[in-house]
Amino acid sequence: MNVMVPVKRVVDYNVRVRIKAAAVDLANIKMSMNPFDEIAVEEAVRLKEKGKADEVVVVSVGPRDCIETLRTALAMGADRGILVACDGAIEPLAVAKLLKAVCDTEKPGLVLAGKQAIDDDCGQTGPMLAALNGWAQATRARSLEIDGTSARIERETDRGTESLTLRLPAVVTTDLRLNEPRYISLPNKMKARQKPIAETTAAELGVDITPRLTVLDVAEPAPRAAGIKVKSVGELFDRLHAAGAL
Amino acid sequence: MTSLVVAEHDNRILADATARTITAARALGQPVEVLVAGHGCQAVADAAAGLDGVDTVLLCDDPLYAHPLAEPFAALILSLAERWDAVLAPATSHGKAVLPRVAALLDVPQISEITKVLAPDTFERPVYAGSVMATVKAPAGKLAITVRPTAFAAAGAAPAPAPILSLPAGPDPGLSAFAGETLSQAAGPELTSSKVVVAGGRGLGTADNFQLLAHIAGRLNAAVGASRAAVDAGFAANDCQIGQTGKVVAPELYIALGISGALQHLCGIKDAKTIVAINKDDEAPIFQVADLGLVADLFQVLPEIDAELARRGYN
Repeated sequence: MNVMVPVKRVVDYNVRVRIKAAAVDLANIKMSMNPFDEIAVEEAVRLKEKGKADEVVVVSVGPRDCIETLRTALAMGADRGILVACDGAIEPLAVAKLLKAVCDTEKPGLVLAGKQAIDDDCGQTGPMLAALNGWAQATRARSLEIDGTSARIERETDRGTESLTLRLPAVVTTDLRLNEPRYISLPNKMKARQKPIAETTAAELGVDITPRLTVLDVAEPAPRAAGIKVKSVGELFDRLHAAGAL
Repeated sequence: MTSLVVAEHDNRILADATARTITAARALGQPVEVLVAGHGCQAVADAAAGLDGVDTVLLCDDPLYAHPLAEPFAALILSLAERWDAVLAPATSHGKAVLPRVAALLDVPQISEITKVLAPDTFERPVYAGSVMATVKAPAGKLAITVRPTAFAAAGAAPAPAPILSLPAGPDPGLSAFAGETLSQAAGPELTSSKVVVAGGRGLGTADNFQLLAHIAGRLNAAVGASRAAVDAGFAANDCQIGQTGKVVAPELYIALGISGALQHLCGIKDAKTIVAINKDDEAPIFQVADLGLVADLFQVLPEIDAELARRGYN
């Protein structure tokens, strides 16, 4: 079974973005692999190490800089990469269609994806890909076991955790507790340079990626005003009572 | 045509998130139908029919919907697509899993986690963990929307109940099966709708201290929340996590104990009316958003808070 992992290049989670000239200012800021995708790569590599997967293929959709993101995944232990090169804004539905086209040729037994990207916070791509493929899905996985033609997933829900059995192939999206991604060693970084990265485009895959939504405005929310410091627990509750907060 | 609201429930109780999603749906200006799919869920349908602004409740009571599996729920909503112009679900673990399937198969974009309806086709939604608010306009055609419940008021009681229409079950995709669940042990009110939330972070240091925090929360009839760090450390269950990738809360009072205030956490509490922060690090970013801050060691201050509340009659 092959495992496919989509990886997105996003603004690093430590960076607070700002608005400049009515757009999110992305000039000269640190970019990284979406943290949830990193967890997905780690899980795929672990499946391979356990003998449950034969090959781990990573796919990135976006500008040529995404090759750096693919190299990071290859250094973690993925076998080969595919870049779907495209510029400009791309919506989750378009990404899902591109990944569907890649699935049609790669025929993975499992797609492991991040549960959401930390830039657009949509959380749509995984379930959309599952639907377009006519596959089962489990979002927010905290554990995953592959057993032949099925997968047993424990997923985090608003009420606790839930176990599902999925028929494979399927799409599973990762939550924070699934694993802790490995540290990348220098030799593995070097080795990743030799691993193959194929390139394709949306046009080659026959997918129209024109955005459907129009972004009319982006703005920073009004900041909360800082309050005051109190000296003691007693003072804290006195003030809460006086303000009617308790 | 109508706006279809996907009800969130556990077959017994209609979640508060549904009443809030109905308010968002009303703003689209079309009649509102609420879909209650479940098993043995008549009480949920009755509750939905009693909410103001609901024109019809569609009840689909079948073992296929006993558990909230994404594939059969999406298939059911798709089978009803001729009825609706817009489908709205609360941005819960279930709604977020189901709606993208519906949008993809109808070939329409989804608008995730809206916080405002500015026009029937124009919405505000947070991006970059709420550092940026985006205004987006949808194209003509069907709409698929998830709604951030805390951003909308809950629909009140209707003067007269709406009619309930029973529907046959939709197709069974047969792709997945429910294999059990572990429900959160948290006592007290539900986190996302509680008026008071007491939340802990890594600064609590031990699971025992988190237990004491839960005890304090009990005195205030508050829900227990946690930062990601506290969940990762095993102090609290995953369903307590507040922030970008967890739950969003907007209580009257939010008390943060030993939470430093990473951007990813702050975006989950920014609509709290009053924020109290207690942390031993006076440089912690949480103090920049707190209305009342106390710099103190949690190990000393937790028993003090407990005693102070006891003295003030919070039992």
